[in-house]
Amino acid sequence: MSQPAKLRLATVWLAGCSGCHMSFLDLDEWLIELAPQIEMVFSPIASDIKTYPEAVDVALVEGGVGTSENLDLIRQVRRRSRLLVSFGDCAVTANVPGLRNPLAGPAAVLDRSYLELADGSARWPHAPGLVPELLERVLPVHELVPVDLFLPGCPPPAERIRAVLEALLRGEQPQMEGAEMIRFG
Amino acid sequence: MSVRTLRIDGRDVASGEGTTVLEAARDAGVAIPTLCHLEGLSPVAACRLCLVEIEGSNKLQPACITPVSEGMVVHTATPRLREIRRTVIELLFTEGNHVCAVCVANGHCELQDRAVDVGMDHARLPYRFPDRPVDLSHQRFGLDHNRCILCSRCVRVCDEVEGAHVWDMAWRGEHCRIIAGLDQPWGAVDACTDCGKCVMVCPTGALFHKGDSVAEKHEDPSRLAALLQARRARQEAP
Repeated sequence: MSQPAKLRLATVWLAGCSGCHMSFLDLDEWLIELAPQIEMVFSPIASDIKTYPEAVDVALVEGGVGTSENLDLIRQVRRRSRLLVSFGDCAVTANVPGLRNPLAGPAAVLDRSYLELADGSARWPHAPGLVPELLERVLPVHELVPVDLFLPGCPPPAERIRAVLEALLRGEQPQMEGAEMIRFG
Repeated sequence: MSVRTLRIDGRDVASGEGTTVLEAARDAGVAIPTLCHLEGLSPVAACRLCLVEIEGSNKLQPACITPVSEGMVVHTATPRLREIRRTVIELLFTEGNHVCAVCVANGHCELQDRAVDVGMDHARLPYRFPDRPVDLSHQRFGLDHNRCILCSRCVRVCDEVEGAHVWDMAWRGEHCRIIAGLDQPWGAVDACTDCGKCVMVCPTGALFHKGDSVAEKHEDPSRLAALLQARRARQEAP
């Protein structure tokens, strides 16, 4: 008898602090229950694979889109994933990374961060091809590619992540309503 | 006082003449979401969150300033109204810089709560990320324009309750903002009595106590009603 196909899960880290991923790890012993039900095909915390694979079932995307690298990756994630989840407030609203947006573009941001606020040896970081370029603004994921599900929170509490994953594993649409599920912050 | 009978969401309601639809609905146990409204201050219908449908009229009416009338049939939660309310909240979130995670009012914010009420899991409108200043010139309080939703509670409480009239609304459209005195730094306005009522009634983290960090603003705007009741009781005492 064939086993039911495992859910091919990916987690992606764009412009965010990794707090959403830490909250995912806060699932603690439930991760042991989760493990046999999924195949973790891409994740900065659970996999060494560097290239985003094909045919991903669910992608949890943390972070806003703030660099050229973020933009390339989110487009690839969209093309190769069935269900794209905006995972946490940075993905949903741009949140803290978006605090730089009222400044007038990357040059103003780099001036502020690396020159005006520097203690000594003030200079812009410069490593073409190695350090990705900043985009004009940090944007929420859904302003650039279609998003299937929004999982807000800074970070989303582990129980909220679990409620979403449990519904998806049952093949159901998670009910995103009420303070337990959609409160920002 | 003569009584008006009306229907709100299928419930028969009897209310005194001069009662607003909002008051009548709340008396009847029908919750209509509000932001700019606060018991103890004059209603201004600024936020448009309490819009309701009244049969026989194509225009939506703000429940907070619409008086009840005989035979009125009111609907407070139609799909059209739900859509409008969510859009109102999305407009507020995308117009300013409401970053809940790093806000003094995180966890005690009426805007954050209303977003949950209207089912906002994301904004369908693009964020504007405006460049807005923060006024820290007052010795005890701060004003962060990034988080201001222009509800005008501070303007009203300072004028109607404290009698100091420090605050006003200036400019128009996207430039509309709260000003102190004659558009002066707050700390330079002599009329301010440092009473802090504006901070108490602010529904968001726009007005705050200096020194409060993330999620440390725990004000309760409903205290205003208790304050006014105490003041009345003292005035009426022999």
